[in-house]
Amino acid sequence: MIQRRPFRITQLLSALVRPLDPPLLLILAALLTYGTVIMGSAAPDRLGNQAIFISLSLFGMWVIAFIPTRRLLSLAPLFYVIGVALLLAVHLYGTEAKGAKRWLDIGPIHRIQPSEIMKIAIPLILAWFFQKREHFISWGEFLVAVLLLAGPIYLIAKQPDLGTAILVCSSGLFVIFFAGLPWKLIVPVALVGVAVIIAIGIFGGDWCKPDIVWPGLKDYQKERVCTLLDPNRDPLGKGFHTIQSTIAIGSGGFAGKGWKQGTQTQLAFLPERHTDFVFAVLSEELGLVGVLILLGLYVALLTRGFIIAATAQTLGAKLLAASTTMVFFTYIFVNIGMVSGILPVVGVPLPFISYGGTAVVTLCLGIGILMGISRSRQER
Amino acid sequence: MKTFNEPNEDVGRFYIRLLAAALFVLVGCVLLALRIYSLQVESYDYYYRLAEGNRISMMPIVPQRGNIIDRNGVTLARNFVAYTLEITPSLVADVEKTIDALSEFIAIEKKDRERFRNFLRDNRRLDSAPIRTRLSDEEVARFMGQRYRFTGVDVQARLFRDYPNGTLGSHLIGYISRISDLDAEKIEARDEAANYSGSMYIGKSGVEAVYEADLHGITGVEHVENTAGGKVVRSLKTEPATPGKDIELSIDIELQKVAEAAFGERRGALVALDPSTGEVLAFVSMPTFDPNLFVDGISNQDWRMLNSSENKPLLNRAVASAYPPGSTIKPFIALAGLNSGKRTLTYKMSDPGGFSYGGHYFKDDKKGGHGVVDIHKSIVVSCNTFYYVLANDLGIDTIAKFIGQFGLGSLSGIDIPDEKEGVLPSTAWKRKRFAKLGPAAQKWYGGETISVGIGQGYNAYTPVQMASAIATIANSGKRMRPRVLRAVTDSHGQREELPPDEVTVISGNPEFLAAVRSALEDVTRFGTATRAFAGAPYRAGGKTGTAQVYSLKGQQYDKSVEHKRDHSWFIAYAPAEEPKIALAVMVENGGFGAVSAAPIARQVIDAFLLKKRVDKPAPEDSGAEPEDEGDNGHLDHGAMQGEGD
Repeated sequence: MIQRRPFRITQLLSALVRPLDPPLLLILAALLTYGTVIMGSAAPDRLGNQAIFISLSLFGMWVIAFIPTRRLLSLAPLFYVIGVALLLAVHLYGTEAKGAKRWLDIGPIHRIQPSEIMKIAIPLILAWFFQKREHFISWGEFLVAVLLLAGPIYLIAKQPDLGTAILVCSSGLFVIFFAGLPWKLIVPVALVGVAVIIAIGIFGGDWCKPDIVWPGLKDYQKERVCTLLDPNRDPLGKGFHTIQSTIAIGSGGFAGKGWKQGTQTQLAFLPERHTDFVFAVLSEELGLVGVLILLGLYVALLTRGFIIAATAQTLGAKLLAASTTMVFFTYIFVNIGMVSGILPVVGVPLPFISYGGTAVVTLCLGIGILMGISRSRQER
Repeated sequence: MKTFNEPNEDVGRFYIRLLAAALFVLVGCVLLALRIYSLQVESYDYYYRLAEGNRISMMPIVPQRGNIIDRNGVTLARNFVAYTLEITPSLVADVEKTIDALSEFIAIEKKDRERFRNFLRDNRRLDSAPIRTRLSDEEVARFMGQRYRFTGVDVQARLFRDYPNGTLGSHLIGYISRISDLDAEKIEARDEAANYSGSMYIGKSGVEAVYEADLHGITGVEHVENTAGGKVVRSLKTEPATPGKDIELSIDIELQKVAEAAFGERRGALVALDPSTGEVLAFVSMPTFDPNLFVDGISNQDWRMLNSSENKPLLNRAVASAYPPGSTIKPFIALAGLNSGKRTLTYKMSDPGGFSYGGHYFKDDKKGGHGVVDIHKSIVVSCNTFYYVLANDLGIDTIAKFIGQFGLGSLSGIDIPDEKEGVLPSTAWKRKRFAKLGPAAQKWYGGETISVGIGQGYNAYTPVQMASAIATIANSGKRMRPRVLRAVTDSHGQREELPPDEVTVISGNPEFLAAVRSALEDVTRFGTATRAFAGAPYRAGGKTGTAQVYSLKGQQYDKSVEHKRDHSWFIAYAPAEEPKIALAVMVENGGFGAVSAAPIARQVIDAFLLKKRVDKPAPEDSGAEPEDEGDNGHLDHGAMQGEGD
């Protein structure tokens, strides 16, 4: 009896953990630990809250991981309908804060943000749809997919919530891409996109000169776009964030100023240092070394995601895994890009590092989905 | 249309897409890594400097202002610490209401409010302003009890300037006041903004202004780390301030007290010099004002009183007001005559009681004249006719060239601000002065020279010029620059004395100078100043003078209208054998020189040589014979006050 006891605990643990795709779990654990270390410097007083968020998220992840992917996909239409209904409710009855209407007050659950649900619901519904239409995927299917995507995006962008809209939109587009949207369509759009970016890079300054009138846009709208492109136009307002975060990153140097020693961070020059701009804290205090460790962990996470996608058994699972992985990448790229000043500032958190309940819950649910796909694959 | 896709075609396509996506991700991650590398490695220095600039700010450490003392070490200006109640309007919702609330337990008068408003208006560069200065300990305690109610209001310990002698010597010592926007611009122009970054006060007049650089000291810097909100976290490095130097003046405040007392209620000026060094022993401009009024910002009421009084207490008469010298010019004209060879020591003329020139008859003051007059007698009895003729013989340009050597009509170089040049007339001067008018107005007329010969007409000199001129005679023709600064002592106690500064030596025969001095000494024994110097245990040289205020064309001179009375002059030196003091006294509307000015000079010389302290006005010697001063009612030129006017 006494001898069997430790064996039982291991067995229990292994029963609990094995379905969770140990490599992914390991990477997640490393990222969350790293995030906690950073938070310990950026906002030590929020560690307690963040621990609660993480615990809840891990529980959610665990639950999702145990749901067979087929089952999850079959629930997709329900999620989608509920999500869209909630978005409409926000549009009609939502709570306003900081000039945006993003939240719903439902009884005890204060401030539910339906747009977050769409981050899960959109890939699910599209994966479910393409799975249904497997072997018949053609122009019509892509059109339906785009329509399924467009409605919620419109509602989210109108709130306005540019960051979430980008993430939700990209999650949908990734599914459509992986489902086989013809290159004929992708390549021209990509070329035009690249051309626009290059043009902005070269001529952006000229276009933003005071005497240039932009057709169809008012002056303040033009000013907003221009500040987005060049933060130095408004160094005390919107540009302040990027300027200070760039200084924080650059002044970190190779090895960083040391944990809790970042002057930009600790002396409050860096705004939003525990949320969207936490990457600047890491860069300032831990330097290039710390950044490369983070990027390494992210690359490992993405690689694992791609492997799960590649080895998933059904098209729906493959699409879901691949798009979820790409959404993680989108988070990472947009956040680091904006904090380091190469992308405009939109509200996208740094996955598993930034403080905030919503983000960590959504991201862990994504991990849970990947784990579920991984588990379903093994069960076959 | 719809065809059944090949089995696994969708999945096969998926793998290609997955590969493409992985490649995309790889490129994205490399891009990010390169960006971070560029910021953290390539541009590290640049961003590090920016971060340091963010974090470190420099707090000025205001140096303590130097003290001002007199030649015996008596304090004339010093600092003391007092509490002020200061409001930062940007942090206060309703300033007026806040002041009302404060006034419930701290005495705030109307003039405090006025001063507060003026201060905010004139000092936009500062964000807080004092509503009350010099709080008592009890008031500080009362405020501290209520402090939580008042954001944006605080008690600060500040250094204040104190002039313990009040009005005494205020034109000499000057005062400091809050740095105004105008001062700030001047500081900026001198490239001294950094040194004044924490200073609240600057010298505005007198010695406080002239020796501002020495008195102010050098501002120190404390490098502090601060938060984005500007809160200081800790001190990193401190470069201490260098306190201002202590300034030792050459004046003797006790002598100053006697001199000011001697004037009583009268307006005027007195400058007493040590003839051998040029040191200023007393420097009086009456009436005076209390420099303490200016230190915290002067109230509107006080300002109006000082500024609009017809006695002009803020006017520094000793340097900034020029008056016709009257007969005090005669010794200098006499020297011009002797040295030019137009007159000899043995030359004698008969004074018929006047001099006729160009259809005008220039009268002597004494009916029938002074009889036979030589150089000596011309000074002792102040004979006008002698100088009418002499001036006519010399011509205006010879006069100007010679007496100009005594510093008349040019800046004496005294270290007191706002000095005026006065007017030393010459043909060139008149051309320039009336350049805008026609050639007729610019022409010099011989009759004008004759007026100048007795110190009337165009010429006008400041009291400090006259003092310097008589000191030059007393110093055997060596003119020393008048100076109030004697020594500076830095914060380490290093004392640096200023050597006397010789400006020029008068060209001329020393024999002539000795003759004029002997005549001046007889003025106080047998001449016009006999009564003023009666019983003096020393011998003094002196000369009375009376400057006309109004030309009274045929009108009767009216003694009773005070502001129309003549200005009274007296220049003197003593003791005659080895002069230790030379002075010029000018009493505005004091009448004849012997009446007002000479008794004041006597009182000051007594105090200096005999240490006789008299703290009351010198008596007006109404019995003094006005024998030297002519009723020169025919002269057309009024009193000349101010520069070249």
